[in-house]
Amino acid sequence: MPTVDDIWNALREVMDPEIPTVSLVDLGVITRVEITDDNVAQVKMTPTFSGCPAMDYMKNQVRERLQEMAFDGVEVEMNLDEAWNTNRLTEEGRRGLAKHGLAPPPVYEGVLQLDVLNNIACPNCGSQNTDMKSPFGPTLCRSLHYCRNCGEAFEAFKPL
Amino acid sequence: MDKGHTITIYSNQLSAALKAFLYRIADDQMVIAHRNSEWTGLGPILEEDIAFSSIAQDKMGHSHAVYSILHEHFGEADPDTIAFTRDEKDFTCCHLVELPIGDYSFSLVRHLLFDLAEQLRFEMLENSSFEPLAKLARKVKGEIKYHVFHAVTWITQLGAKGNEESKARVQSALNETFPLALGIFEPGDGDEELKVASIFEGEDVLQKKWLEAVTSILNEAGLTLPSLNDVEPVYGGRKGYHTEYLQPMLTEMTEVFRIDASAEW
Repeated sequence: MPTVDDIWNALREVMDPEIPTVSLVDLGVITRVEITDDNVAQVKMTPTFSGCPAMDYMKNQVRERLQEMAFDGVEVEMNLDEAWNTNRLTEEGRRGLAKHGLAPPPVYEGVLQLDVLNNIACPNCGSQNTDMKSPFGPTLCRSLHYCRNCGEAFEAFKPL
Repeated sequence: MDKGHTITIYSNQLSAALKAFLYRIADDQMVIAHRNSEWTGLGPILEEDIAFSSIAQDKMGHSHAVYSILHEHFGEADPDTIAFTRDEKDFTCCHLVELPIGDYSFSLVRHLLFDLAEQLRFEMLENSSFEPLAKLARKVKGEIKYHVFHAVTWITQLGAKGNEESKARVQSALNETFPLALGIFEPGDGDEELKVASIFEGEDVLQKKWLEAVTSILNEAGLTLPSLNDVEPVYGGRKGYHTEYLQPMLTEMTEVFRIDASAEW
């Protein structure tokens, strides 16, 4: 019989559909994993951005992965019990973002101040001598930046 | 379906008031989302094109979430049916959001005035006794923060940091838009019940917070808000009376759905 740890491990293999180097566990969208007495796997998830079209896709991926395991049922629910924010990204997740060429969001305490966007470290050369060009990028979770040091434009996974 | 919660039983009167309140919020969000999306491909610069399109996507997501609350907690139709099958008279959005995009200065000023009100409204709702709405408020605040940030950046850029022409155009858009923006705060019939039940403190309280915040932002931007005494708020939207622009927008928005309700895209 699979355990709760087995579920977490299985979900570490389910990747973000738009950022294939970051798993859903490392993205911080899995909020609760349980197995009921009658061997039903229950997973709770929290959405990243409200308008993100990938959320339904992620939910189905989780369901399909767990259906490969020896459970008598799989229930996946998306709810807002725990609001997602970028501090929920794991260290592994932040490394995964960088691997995909995206600057990871700064970790913050208390209320996020958006002026941090003006000095995001460049994923190419590491310099913080950068400018934000736009807080909106090609997907809802990305912002556009320019590095004054190496002259490259880059995208960041924006802090939320 | 949100199974983890016990559904609070409200009196019919309170339930009706809350439903009307949720429709006002979601209709505003969906209509402004559609209007913002009309900048896709037309923005004055590429980054603005992307910004208005992204904000549209966020707001569409927010309206979907509020329509979902109506569906799950009040037995209203599913979000797609609500969005695609109602006529103009069933919508309770304010006139501000339904007007065409106009020129960029109008869209930008509308963006600031509306999104600031959204930000303050959801801040108030974080403490609402209606838990599904309070949870949603805690969720969307991070996204709305980016919307307001974007609006303030550009208003300041074109105002205090701009030239005479840019400043004059934003000021003129502001004069035109202010009475419309006051329509956001048109009171609803059941607002007193919502207040007593600690669901929402009231449109008057929100308007006061908004006036303070908007005045401070405009001062920084070298712009002036017209005096409240000199203008007549544009009401009617909350009662289902709309401008000539809403129905054509809805007709366009629902075109695919009306041809094939099961179409996926």
